[in-house]
This record gives sequence, structure tokens and C-alpha cells, in this order.
Amino acid sequence: MTEPIQGLPELAKKDRMKIPRHPMPEQEPLHRVKNFAEVALGYTAEAAMQEAQRCLQCDKPLCVAGCPVEIDIPAFVDLIRQGDFKGAVSKIKETNTLPAICGRVCPQEDQCEVVCVLTKKFTPVAIGRLERYVADLERASGEIDMPECAPPTGHRVAIIGSGPAGLACAADLQKRGHQVTIFEALHKTGGVLVYGIPEFRLPKEIVDYEVENLKRMGVEIRTGFVVGKTATVEELFHESGFDAVFFGTGAGLPSFMNIPGEHYIGVQSANEFLTRVNLMKAYEFPSYDTPVRTGKRVAVIGSGNVAMDCLRCAKRLGAQEVICVYRRTRAESPARKEELERAEEEFIDFRWLSAPLEIYGNDEGFVTGMKIQRMELGEPDASGRRRPVPIAGSEYDIGIDTVVVAIGQSPNPLATRATPGLELNRHGCIVVDQQTMMSTSLPGVFAGGDVVTGAATVILAMGAGKQAARGIHDWLGRLERGEATKPTWPSKSA
Amino acid sequence: MFAITRKEEIAPKFWRFLVQAPEIARKHRAGQFVIILLDGHGERIPLTIAASDPVGGTITLVVQEVGKSTMQLSALPVGTELLSVIGPLGTPTHIEKFGTVVCVGGGAGIAPLLPIAAALKAAGNQVISILGGRNKDLVILRDEMAASSDEMFFTTDDGSFGRKGFVSHALADLIAERGKPDLVVAIGPAIMMKVVADLTRKHEVKTLCSLNSIMIDGTGMCGCCRVTVGGSSKFVCVDGPEFDAHQVDFDILIKRLRAYLPEEQVARERYMADHACRALEGARA
Repeated sequence: MTEPIQGLPELAKKDRMKIPRHPMPEQEPLHRVKNFAEVALGYTAEAAMQEAQRCLQCDKPLCVAGCPVEIDIPAFVDLIRQGDFKGAVSKIKETNTLPAICGRVCPQEDQCEVVCVLTKKFTPVAIGRLERYVADLERASGEIDMPECAPPTGHRVAIIGSGPAGLACAADLQKRGHQVTIFEALHKTGGVLVYGIPEFRLPKEIVDYEVENLKRMGVEIRTGFVVGKTATVEELFHESGFDAVFFGTGAGLPSFMNIPGEHYIGVQSANEFLTRVNLMKAYEFPSYDTPVRTGKRVAVIGSGNVAMDCLRCAKRLGAQEVICVYRRTRAESPARKEELERAEEEFIDFRWLSAPLEIYGNDEGFVTGMKIQRMELGEPDASGRRRPVPIAGSEYDIGIDTVVVAIGQSPNPLATRATPGLELNRHGCIVVDQQTMMSTSLPGVFAGGDVVTGAATVILAMGAGKQAARGIHDWLGRLERGEATKPTWPSKSA
Repeated sequence: MFAITRKEEIAPKFWRFLVQAPEIARKHRAGQFVIILLDGHGERIPLTIAASDPVGGTITLVVQEVGKSTMQLSALPVGTELLSVIGPLGTPTHIEKFGTVVCVGGGAGIAPLLPIAAALKAAGNQVISILGGRNKDLVILRDEMAASSDEMFFTTDDGSFGRKGFVSHALADLIAERGKPDLVVAIGPAIMMKVVADLTRKHEVKTLCSLNSIMIDGTGMCGCCRVTVGGSSKFVCVDGPEFDAHQVDFDILIKRLRAYLPEEQVARERYMADHACRALEGARA
């Protein structure tokens, strides 16, 4: 990044449109299914500048409105065109703390890129790939642009959970001079970024690097600290002296199907499977102590992004056949198109319109097979998607030795249950007021991310974390002026 | 943090550790457990807290050397800091004055039984303890259990101590002689808890057991530890580890405990081979 780079000229708009979107270089499918290294290899400087040259620099850029954290996209893209990669990453970091992560896992095709003017006639500017490029370059250069922090305010904020919501909230509060402590239940920092998303989509060194930057800003991180068990929210306020608390505890409670046979050995939740593989590095067993059960024939139930991660991990762990069982069709699959396509390239056997009815096992308790019901699409349901209905008499059996259930997660009730007075909805999600920046039913307690919305995306969680940081900053001001008081709970010894 | 401050071998391949963990010691209630990690390559090991000292800021862990990680832990010298000690996890035992409570412990299960017996005794219960093991050496923590028991009975498989036989035999005789107790707490190998549950079901005596299924996170996130209780799926780490023993499907639990036997063997053999090499190198040096 230190050597000056010759940028590219600004072209006439019609010439910009003639440049094709630069493809992302990737590991070949036959090769990549044998390793856990990242699939996407990243742009070169030339490719990045050519891609940036395509941007029409709209007067009213729709992409900015499409971004949950409102990055000034045309500005950073134009800096890339000029060869000012350092300037570009600084521009992104004005609103996005974790560009190397978002450049990889954001669903750009539904956010910034879908509204790109070029999309109508051509293909959108590869905004995510450009974001990723400059973020990676900065990390590789070792010259980090650390944000300036305001002088210490003396206020202390506890953040529960070190996933995307918590990390984003922590960064913004620390910048405003508040002393932040993140409490993480697991032994590693990053939440879903480390236990859920596989190495081949998001290398863990990137998460570690971003966490290190937060520490350099002064954020304290306590891993292995389970709020609700090691200490309650009440104790954080009244014994540890925190002035505000943010819940970024995510959606970590696995759903099962409640069909016969789910107790057989080899049936596991997506959380279990991915935690073993990603957090505990079971793909390097026995060098790492935690093993994972992946047999020769693996069925993954569900077709969201988590299911895609499970399918592709199973393939990399050496399963001969990996089957996706989903009751709707490809068109209704909630996974990102890019993830679906990559899974298809990796020889996954997709069984659309298929619903599992029962899991079979042997006397020793191991999975041996599954009964599947063929479905067809009927009338649209409440979600607007056509409801899958069973085709009578269409049941058939498949032989499998592993089942991964990836049909969704809901908020883990451990911390919320230990916090009396915190209002939850019927799904166990924390109820927040968007008007007052993610405040909850308890004064000084804020929440954001999947624990509020149910399972969603990294960038939405980050956006919510940033919004909550503004809410918490306001709250701390009111606390200082004596306009608010910390929550109190009735004495337990009464 | 999490330094081992004391270590003693209380029976062959049974180790008692004192570990610095002030926050956990302060919050611990009987029936709860911790998850520990030895190092960056380690697995997450659930261990019941056998005792806690809120003033000294330590917790007591009793570990039986059975697999790679417990062997590795047992070899650590005093002063070693564990990478992580997480807890106290699980729902604490419901303690009240029930009347007469029989605490039945088998082998390594005596360690988790200890704080429960102590809490029940402190709540004014008459505590009768039945402790068993394969032989005399493996009936661990006898003195500690005696301090919280009004009466003690012992059984060994080989007859080397107490009566020859299983804890369930002693419990059956006790019920036959004295009538039904108000509560039985049984902790030990799954098969022992199953046999005790079958016995007390017949006599309609409320029975609690503490389950030791395979876990990863210990906070309700993965569902690996799930057991079938009363026909529905429960997570041992958050809904338990204690359950009504009459409702637990022990047959499923026993099978699920064997899920990773081949991998456990690989890890153990690899560790032992590595350990033997290092010992040889040490001897040569």
C-alpha cells in the first residue's frame, strides 16, 4: 500500500458500461472440496481498478440506501479507480467497522448491488468484492488506520455476545470514549463468525484480526463468561458498576424437526456440526481434540445459508454423497444465490420438494436411513411462498449415516431468562423500540441483531449494533444529567 | 487465571484439583458444572463442581483418567493455568427439607454427589449415603461424604470393601428394612442410574439423577447433549444435568454416550504413544 499506484482514467459513461463485471477468481470445485481454504481468491489491483471503473458515479446513488450501514459506496469505489486503496478503506470504515468480513458474507445481491443502476441492463458493480479487496490489502500491509477515540467519559458498557452486533456496538461506543467490556460465553471471540461460518467462506484469521483491532482501541474482552450464569445483568449493573448493557446474544438455539428417530447417533443440529468443525477445528482431528461424525452419506435438512455451509463442510470432510433435503424448490431456497451455486458446483445432490418424515437407526443407535415424502407446490402461504403439500403415496427411503438439521435457530434463552423484566415476544426475541435506538423494556438495557430479529444476516446485526451504540450514548448522557437511573430489581433475599 | 493451585491423587487414576476461579466459586450451587479447556487444541470438557470456596476463590474438580483430555489434565503440574473454565453451568439442584434422603453414588459419580449431599444435609435432611465402586480404592471421597451423611453404606464389585455387589442391592435392602425414603439421588454410570431408577419406580420413591451426556458448548447452543425425558427431548446442559430418573430414557442415553468411542480410542492411543516417546526422550537426555 506504500508504493504509489497508477489509477485508471474516468471513462465516458457509455464506455464504463462496456466493461464486463470482473469475475471472482476461485479455487476449482474438484480441488476445493478437498480443503478448508477460502474458495474465493480475491481480485488483483488491476481487476479491482477495472471493476471500479465501471461505476457510473450516480448523483443519487441507490446503493448507499441499499446498505444497512450506509457506506458511501460511490466514493470508495472511485478512490479504488484512482488507485487510492488506503483512502478507499478509510472511507468504508467511516461507517463499517468490519469491511473484510462484510465484503465476504454480506448478501450484496439483495442490498447494495441489487439496486445498482447497471443491474437493469448489465451486471452490477461488484461492490462486495471491492470492499473485500481494499480491506484485505490493508490487513496485509500491516498499516492500520486506527479510529480516534474520544477522551474517556468514565462510563462503562457491558456487551453480551461477541458476534457482529456486539463487535459493531463495541467499536462505536469505544470511539465515543466509553469503556466497553465484551462478555463472550464461548472461549473464542466472534460469535457466529467463528462457530458458524466456515473457514472456506470466512477465514478465522480475519475475525481474529478485527478482534485484535478492537482490543487495540481499548475494548476489553472476557471470553468464557456466561452472562446469566457467571454473573447476571443485575450484578453487571450493581456490583460490577456498568452503566448500560447491550444484548447481542444472537440466535443460537437450534431447532429440531420433532420427527421419529432424531435421537439416533449421527443426527445433529447445524449448530453442533458447524461448532465442531469451525470452532473446535474437528477437520483437523486428532491434532485438535474434538472429533465430528461425518459418514459416507450425509443428508442436510434445509436449504438456507447455514444448510449450504453444512453441505459444503460435509463434502470437505470426505463424505461420498451429500444430499440436501428441502421441502420447497430451488426458487424458494433462502440461501444466497452465490452459496447455492457454489454448493451445486461442489457435487451436492439437491432433492427439492422433499420432506423428511422419519429417521431410521440400528440396534446400536446409529442412523441408517431416512424416509422422505415427495411434495408439490400448492397455494401461497402467509410468507407469500407457495406452500409445499405432500404427494400421497410418494414416500421413499434413502440410506444415510449422518443427518444435519439446518432448519433454523432462535434466540438462546439463557441470558434473557436470567434477566427479569426484559420483555420478549412469543418467539423469545427481545422487544426493542427502534425510535429510541434499540432500547428494551429495562432502562439502560439495549439489544440488537438476531436476538431481536430472529436469525438474519451479519450486516443487519452490525447495523443494529451501531444503532444501539447511538441509543446507549444518548442514555449515558441522560444518566450523567440525572435524567435517568439504572434499572433495579426487587431484592432476592426478601 | 484458572491456575491449578492444588492437586492430589485420591485413588488410582482419580485426581482432585483445586482451580482458581473466583467468579464461579462465588456463584456455584450444588448440581452445577463447568466446561474446561486445557489449551488451544483442546476439547471442551464438562466437569461437575465437587466443592467451591467463595472466600478462597477456588473450585474443586474431581477427574477420572479415562480419555486423552483427562489423562492430559491429570499430568498437569500445580501452577498450570487452564485456557478456560466456564460456568457455573446447568440448573442447580432443588434443595429443601424432604426428610430422609438416600444419596447413591457410583465411581466417578460420587464427586458430583458430594455438594448435593452437603446441601441436603445443611437443609436439615437425614442423609443416608450408599457408595459403590469396582474395588475399595475406587469408592472415592468416603471421608468427605461421611461429613455430610448420617449413615454410610458401601458396596464393591469384588467384595474388597463393604458388601459385595452393587449399590442397587444395598438400596433394595435398605428400602426392605426401613421402608421408603422421601427422596433418592443417584449419580454414577448410566447403567447404575437406570437400575436404581427401575428399583425406585417400583417402590414409587421420587428419584433424581445427574446425567453426563456428551457436550460441546454447555449453554444450550448445540443440542449434542440431548436426552429423551418423559418422551420429549431435553438438553442436559441447560434443562439438567438433573432430571427425574423415572422419566429418563437411559437406553438412548447409554447408546449416545458411545457415539464417539472409535475417535476417543484414536485420541487416547495417539496421546499415549506421544507420551511414551517423550518419556523415552527424557530418559535419554
